[in-house]
Amino acid sequence: MSDTQGNERPPIIDVRNIVKHFGPVIALSGVSLSVRGGEVHCLLGDNGAGKSTLIKTLAGVHRPTSGQYLVDGDPVSFSSPRAALDAGIATVYQDLAMIPLMSITRNFFMGREPLVGIAPFRRIDFQSAHEVTREEMRRIGIDVRDPHQAVGTLSGGERQCVAIARAVYFGAKVLILDEPTSALGVAQTSMVLKYIHLVRQNGLGVIFITHNVRHAYAAGDRFTVLNRGKTLGTYAKAEIPMDDLQNLMAGGKELQQLSGELGGTI
Amino acid sequence: MSQTQPIAPPSQPTKPIPTVDERLRKTSLLTEAMRRPELGALAGLALVIIFFLFTANSSMFTLSGAMTILAPASQLGILAIAAALLMIGGEFDLSIGSMIAFAGLVFAAFLVDAHWPLSLAIVATLAFACVVGAINGQLVIQTRLPSFIVTLAFLFILRGLTLVGLKFATGGSTQLRGVDEVVQDGLVKSLFSGVAFQGFFSWLASQNLVEKFDNGLPKVSGVPVSIIWFIGFAIVATWILLRTRIGNWIYAAGGDANAARNSGVPVNRVKTGLFMLTASAAALVAILTVLDAGSTDARRGVQKEFEAIIAAVIGGCLLTGGYGSAIGAFVGAIIFGVVSIGLTYTTFDSDWFQVFLGAMLLIAVLFNNYIRRKVTGER
Repeated sequence: MSDTQGNERPPIIDVRNIVKHFGPVIALSGVSLSVRGGEVHCLLGDNGAGKSTLIKTLAGVHRPTSGQYLVDGDPVSFSSPRAALDAGIATVYQDLAMIPLMSITRNFFMGREPLVGIAPFRRIDFQSAHEVTREEMRRIGIDVRDPHQAVGTLSGGERQCVAIARAVYFGAKVLILDEPTSALGVAQTSMVLKYIHLVRQNGLGVIFITHNVRHAYAAGDRFTVLNRGKTLGTYAKAEIPMDDLQNLMAGGKELQQLSGELGGTI
Repeated sequence: MSQTQPIAPPSQPTKPIPTVDERLRKTSLLTEAMRRPELGALAGLALVIIFFLFTANSSMFTLSGAMTILAPASQLGILAIAAALLMIGGEFDLSIGSMIAFAGLVFAAFLVDAHWPLSLAIVATLAFACVVGAINGQLVIQTRLPSFIVTLAFLFILRGLTLVGLKFATGGSTQLRGVDEVVQDGLVKSLFSGVAFQGFFSWLASQNLVEKFDNGLPKVSGVPVSIIWFIGFAIVATWILLRTRIGNWIYAAGGDANAARNSGVPVNRVKTGLFMLTASAAALVAILTVLDAGSTDARRGVQKEFEAIIAAVIGGCLLTGGYGSAIGAFVGAIIFGVVSIGLTYTTFDSDWFQVFLGAMLLIAVLFNNYIRRKVTGER
């Protein structure tokens, strides 16, 4: 259990011994995690490991039962997802990010519409909104002929990228990506992973939740494995080969054996 | 709004973007039109007008015929536009028909029994409707029950309260009369009853531009104020939906309430506001009808909630929310008026109206679903 060497930046998010109980259920029993700017920190774990509870705690949906949550070194306690967002912690949920029937522009600026005009005639500044949307989409590499087109016409990977671009545009310091690749095909996954890489190069911290070790290994700098509400360890990429990571996540040798039988396809 | 440095891929140097994308031309006019929710309603209106051109007495297509059609269409339309906004926001309000009767009772009681001046009675009635709408909205939000059930309950509660209240106020009758006697003529009254632009229509008649009686008066003395309210409301609602932040929030709340909440849209406030709007629209219709008739009746507004929802659906609103338009509901209400009144100009039995209504609703729903798949690329 060690940190990466050579990265001098202080962590943006630093949680220590986070515990979360739901009544009698202990969802998290002492999880620690930190993410720096310019780093992709992968959070791995099988179903029920506590990944969702952890990110919802980070995102301000839940309050931790105990433990410390530091942002830029200061302890915080978010009352709502909006408060976390205002502190620069943006969460992109797998399928709860975009509204398919609304246009790309309307989605991009949802909740933060740019306004022009005076009080009774105040309206959305669609000219600048369309321009920004078109420009941001071009940067991701999505061919948006027309920002009026409905988000439903975009592919799953493109939607994820639009959601990430939106969070970045509105000043996120840390992105929490909840299984952004789990429902995507190969080409679309690589599109999203490429974009995550780009976000990192621009100095943002990324927490990337997945249960796919390959995706994690392709994008991540550090890996934290969760199991039954506990951290099994945090490893830098140089410290752990992919197979070991897979075994750690699966929690035993059985899977390794099975994986061997299946020709390494898991 | 804080914006950080944009993300640029290192390999791709950014170049200025022209404000008009040259690739836009690829979108054909048809695709552009398909994206508008009111397309189906406009096509439907064209169809019914063609039908009546062939079957109806030509007096239907005169100015007085048009007013005869638009007067009932306008009252339904005010309700339909409000119902459309609420449907786009993802909820239903089945209580608006009963709300018309209830608001009519409250309004008439303020005037006849409390002897309030007209302006105060109008403001108080609308405020009262807002309270009922807010109760509807809060019940839906707090209990998380479907709005269908909550407002169905209020359909009966309000209708029952109207009957009980009217009998109490009148000593056993289900009608409250005497509004005419207590309302003073004046600016406020002319805003809510009678006809507008009388001078203009007299002038048209003097210039022989419109039909007139033998004594030189125009056959149509003016535009009923309810039509002006209807058109004004349609314009304002369309502007709000398409151009303002509230409009974006209405689409977002109905499209996916969770995604909207995650993006910081105050979904609960938007929905409560929309319930207040539908109740206020019902109260406005109540005020218009009570002033016109000079009385209120417990049977006012029966089935109007369904007609309003049908007009909104014909206008392109999806039952699942998140899609639709106020202009569509406007056109839907006009279709309603054209057919219900138009049949009396034909040799058909006017009871065919209900058959037509059901068929139109079915076709509209199928068409809307098809359009939605087109828009979202669902298969």
